[in-house]
Amino acid sequence: MSLSFTPDELRFRDEVRAFIAARLSPELRRASSLNVSFFSYPDIVTPWQRALHERGWVAPGWPQEHGGPGWTATQRWIFESECAAAGAPQLSPMGIKMVGPVLMRFGTSEQKKFYLPRILSGEDRWCQGYSEPGSGSDLASLKTRAVRHGDHYIVNGTKIWTTHAHFANRMFALVRTSDEPRQQDGISFLLIDMASPGITIRPITMISGDHDVNQVFFDGVEVPVTNLVGEEGRGWTCGKYLLEFERGGGINSPKLRHALEKVRELANSDLSCKAISHPEIATKLSDIELDVQTLEFLELRVLSALQRGENPGPVSSVLKLRASEIHQAISRVGVEMIGQNALVEERRRPLHALNDEPIIPEELLSVVARHLNGRANTIFGGSSEIQRDIIAKQVLGL
Amino acid sequence: MDLTPSEAQRMLRHSAERFIAEHYDQAARRHAMQDPMGFKRENWRKLADLGWLGLPFPEEVGGFGGGPVEVAILMEEFGRGLATEPYLSTVLLAGTLIAECGTQEQQMVLLPAIINGERLLSFAHYESDARAGLSEIHTVAQADNQGWMLHGRKMAVLDAVSADVHMVSARLPDVQGAGLALFLVPKDAAGVRLRDAPRLGGGRVAELTFERTLLPPDARLGTGGDVLPAIEGVVDRAIAALCAEAAGMMRSMFDATLDYTKVRKQFDRPLAANQVIRHRLADMYVQCEEARAMAARAALPVGADSDSTQRSLAASGAKVKVGRCARNVAEQAVQLHGAMGVTDELDLGLYFKRLLVFEALFGSVDYHLQRHAKLFGNSRSE
Repeated sequence: MSLSFTPDELRFRDEVRAFIAARLSPELRRASSLNVSFFSYPDIVTPWQRALHERGWVAPGWPQEHGGPGWTATQRWIFESECAAAGAPQLSPMGIKMVGPVLMRFGTSEQKKFYLPRILSGEDRWCQGYSEPGSGSDLASLKTRAVRHGDHYIVNGTKIWTTHAHFANRMFALVRTSDEPRQQDGISFLLIDMASPGITIRPITMISGDHDVNQVFFDGVEVPVTNLVGEEGRGWTCGKYLLEFERGGGINSPKLRHALEKVRELANSDLSCKAISHPEIATKLSDIELDVQTLEFLELRVLSALQRGENPGPVSSVLKLRASEIHQAISRVGVEMIGQNALVEERRRPLHALNDEPIIPEELLSVVARHLNGRANTIFGGSSEIQRDIIAKQVLGL
Repeated sequence: MDLTPSEAQRMLRHSAERFIAEHYDQAARRHAMQDPMGFKRENWRKLADLGWLGLPFPEEVGGFGGGPVEVAILMEEFGRGLATEPYLSTVLLAGTLIAECGTQEQQMVLLPAIINGERLLSFAHYESDARAGLSEIHTVAQADNQGWMLHGRKMAVLDAVSADVHMVSARLPDVQGAGLALFLVPKDAAGVRLRDAPRLGGGRVAELTFERTLLPPDARLGTGGDVLPAIEGVVDRAIAALCAEAAGMMRSMFDATLDYTKVRKQFDRPLAANQVIRHRLADMYVQCEEARAMAARAALPVGADSDSTQRSLAASGAKVKVGRCARNVAEQAVQLHGAMGVTDELDLGLYFKRLLVFEALFGSVDYHLQRHAKLFGNSRSE
């Protein structure tokens, strides 16, 4: 067993570093560091995605035949770590990590040919139409209905918590196409053009003041039958496949490590009156550091298993559960550290576009907002309670 | 980067699992506790036959040439079975110190005797609370024309009653700047007093006092220099090994709790049918996985040739993380067993007590958290 990289892997790391140094501008870095939403604003993401696309590095997890770079699991890890350490903007996972893999697995050849290149280039921006008012983590209870009329479905209903629906031009949605005794049956996976007549988007403002999520209404929206993915009534299979990617396919510890590094920088700086000199802050940072190291090692073991062609096992819920809790611990200690500077509430967005001088240093404005938004970590993508249920059922056999 | 266990490591785990399953059931554990030595000597001979007593030693002295990763594998399985053999005292502490600091002659005499199971050693170091650190030593060894004269008192000496030789740390007031030295003290040397007691959860522990104990000139381990850095390294590696052992104990407690909550019925349904119980079990499972990962991770940078700051960070870090997880898993396991959890009839209590021993040995969670924070700050400012 070895944690160290081979000479080839070190060469690859240098290559990634050189690329980032050449293509990630200081403006992008600053904007990205002031980004407090889960997804970066399009003006931050688009130039970075374009740079990655030119190099063929936009979708590390995709097979080469669909435009992936054909990396080993370790190379993916190195790439994710270097991007996170440099503070590069995070690409939206909706296309690359979520609908992309579903299309590769269940889509028709026309769907693959049309959508996959547009995901890579960033030409299409996707949002996810899963949750509905009243359904929450009980996704199978969804009610949005699609009724077939000739070569179209007519969609009526509403979706909620739709992240960046207001920036997206396409949605992948789970809709009910028939009523079956088992709720999971009769659900279909549809691709919806957001420019279709009958779609209304209502912004939902978060406690931080951010506009990340929306409610989306469908009033007689026509969707071509060719936009059905997989079989009608078998959408649950696609949806579950996608959720597995959402939970376990991600590598979280490099991002968490970067977030912790930023907090540690803050603790060492005058911005926090050198909070690190207080033993309770120093030990709290060590505690979180050890949580990150543990998660990192668990993720690396999954990568090692994947690399030798094994199934990682039912560990994805463990990783999701811990990653979301650690994320919150990091943002919480950030708030503790800045003391009374936490009193200032800046609700204007995006922070990187503000051009007046705030009453506290710019870097501190993001601390509280990030903490507030981070509370959603243990709620979205299957709440922590749902993850514990999954562990109890699938791992412990309860 | 590859965290795949090697074929040899897989085989070692497999045979350790089998050995523990065959030799460490409830009756055997209770039996071992009644033994005045705290363990069964025939088990020690079996460990020798399997080659495990030589695991961390170089092949030149008859060892197996293994490292902390192999030691962790073995210790995790020892933990699952709650083995009480003095592997930590004889092999990981005293034995490793001989391999690192001993003269050629001391190594050639003592290491083969350890490896073949003939000779047992204790490591007598701490004199006050482990929270004070490893350097708080007041025992003195004065040079005498016939050799050395040892004076002092050691506490919480593991497995002293079964040891043939005690390895004792002492200051050398006559030797300028020499710091700490280690001495090999035969159990029957004049002026050695041993007060032995059962150790929490199995095994033995003792207080050792040395009153004008006369030792020959070659009783000193090695020929000179301060041994504190070597002790620090050996203790860091021992901590990593103990973390693996604790992860094994946690797993046994968790498995027992999972089985129990599936079977035990209250209000006409199994305890595990309640969401609050299921979630607690899920958290315990997560903590078992975390402890196991952190123990495995700690084994990688604690090797003898590693950078001392990285080694200490890994050991202290694992002690903190595994310690926190261990406490929660142990306390929840007892809680979920209800009143049965606090009876002496189940082995659960033995595991609970042994995890308390893990917490108390070589410094608490808080001690190591502070050590980690300090080292982490230092290593970053370099």
